[in-house]
Amino acid sequence: MGTNSLYGPLDPAPDAGYAEPPPRMGFFTDTSVCIGCKACEVACKEWNAVPDDGFDLLGHSYDNTGGLSANSWRHVAFIEQPAPQPSMDALAIAGGAPAHPDFRWLMMSNVCKHCTHAGCLDVCPTGALFRTEFGTVVVQEDVCNGCGYCIPACPYGVIDQRKDDGRAWKCTMCYDRIGDGLTPACAQACPTQSIQYGVLDELRERAAQRVQEVEGARLYGHDENDGVGGDGAFFLLLDEPEVYGLPPDPIVTTKELPAMWKRAGVAGLAMAAAVVVSFLGGRS
Amino acid sequence: MTEETGRRSSKGAGKGDRSMVPPADFRSYYGRPIVRPAVWHHDIAAYLFTGGLAAGSALLAAGGDATGRSSLRRAGRVTALGALVASTYFLINDLGRPERFHHMLRVAKPTSPMSMGTWILSGFGAFAGAAAAAELAPAPLRRLTTPLGTVSGYAAAVTAPALATYTAVLLADTATPSWHAAYPELPFVFAGSALASGAGVGLIAAPVDEAAPVRKMAVLGAAMELYGAHRVETTKGILSEPYAQGRPGKLLRAGRTLTALGVAGAVLGRRSRVVSALSGAALLAASLATRFGIFEGGIASAKDPKYTVVPQRERLARRNRS
Repeated sequence: MGTNSLYGPLDPAPDAGYAEPPPRMGFFTDTSVCIGCKACEVACKEWNAVPDDGFDLLGHSYDNTGGLSANSWRHVAFIEQPAPQPSMDALAIAGGAPAHPDFRWLMMSNVCKHCTHAGCLDVCPTGALFRTEFGTVVVQEDVCNGCGYCIPACPYGVIDQRKDDGRAWKCTMCYDRIGDGLTPACAQACPTQSIQYGVLDELRERAAQRVQEVEGARLYGHDENDGVGGDGAFFLLLDEPEVYGLPPDPIVTTKELPAMWKRAGVAGLAMAAAVVVSFLGGRS
Repeated sequence: MTEETGRRSSKGAGKGDRSMVPPADFRSYYGRPIVRPAVWHHDIAAYLFTGGLAAGSALLAAGGDATGRSSLRRAGRVTALGALVASTYFLINDLGRPERFHHMLRVAKPTSPMSMGTWILSGFGAFAGAAAAAELAPAPLRRLTTPLGTVSGYAAAVTAPALATYTAVLLADTATPSWHAAYPELPFVFAGSALASGAGVGLIAAPVDEAAPVRKMAVLGAAMELYGAHRVETTKGILSEPYAQGRPGKLLRAGRTLTALGVAGAVLGRRSRVVSALSGAALLAASLATRFGIFEGGIASAKDPKYTVVPQRERLARRNRS
């Protein structure tokens, strides 16, 4: 393990032991051009043979998927909110039809972040979760025994247990496609290039330029100095992350793991000392 | 429907009911959780208890063996074996694919407390099993098995503190807000709870003239547990809330009351076999209630997005100020 193996900027594939890995691949999801067509959700299900997750009407705008789950590896969020700047043109004031709608629609296609420091991967006790040569994080379904530890370890609430199957499932960034030089199904199906797939460094450059051009835009998960060492799948957002159901400041839980083991060690020694004192101390 | 703006402390704003933290707004996606609650069933909460009981009993047995108190040695070894068998059942039963339990033994991963725990439990299990087998061996074999039992018993006792405390790291090493925030004190809660439950076994099994060290063990264990739980319940700001409210709050309060009763009975009732045994039962029940309370408190903190958003927003604000 290197010095930044648990926290801090890192190129994950070499750290995982790949001698000469290909460049780290990623997703840049630009929510400012998402039209909420859900082609990504459908393409993902089709390619990966992900089972359906029931027919629910949630009443959450046009979102009847709800969130990422074992059976939804892409999820399109729909947020209706008052427009940040109400239109002030004369027609609207005179009572005519407003030139601009008085609300806006935020749409975002969410996905596994393929973290540089992936909590799910750190805590997996079987080695079912592994780091690929592309720097992504994938579950081996023939190894996973459904212990469920990865599920509460993910700071984004992505990975999930498939109820009738028992194992943990999530986005693989189409590991079976990208190894053949193909684009992942969701990005391939996206009609507006809201989902962009490519070499992570190039995507970061493109995003840095795009964020200058869009008013009110911010990047999320692009920074290798953040709490998870940067995401392999990052976003351009138009509002705060929590509005989209994303944590505002995620930190990989294993950052504090050395401190946790130390505290457990101290408590264990205190426990042993208590027994020694009880049995070998003075008679009472 | 428009986006959700949640408000903290729906009833805390009422008259005379001062909340520990000022109410604040937070935003979310239709109030849906951000982090995912553990999918573990109550098997795992039960294992927290039986794993601790196995550890506490093994320590009790070693103490009894070292000081020639055969009733403690015997009760400790037999209980450790029983708790070990129960633990193994709970752990395997909770898996999504129980028939693949042995996949845990493919790797040894220090970054995975569950992997470390598997190896700790395996090592402890071998020693505690051998010690119990020696205890239960038929009389003609005793000359052979007694020294074997002593060696295994001490080996089990050496691994017992790791077994009792790694489960605290197991819960804390997650994104579950109230488990993670409790990581400095949780090992003390679990270590103390394990000691108290081991002492509970001793109080039930031993005649009063052999139980003096067990009473001390009960007092020290209870002190550790109560100190740790108090810190977890009071010093984590908004993340202490889930441990005070609803079922987790009831369970933890019940645990505290039973611990106090058990310790008081163990000390004051030292001349009565019946009072001692009742005190032991109270300590065992206290440990069970505390484990379930901690388990459920964490689950509750993952289900409400405010426990993810508000502390992270506060952390961001602190960072931007400095």
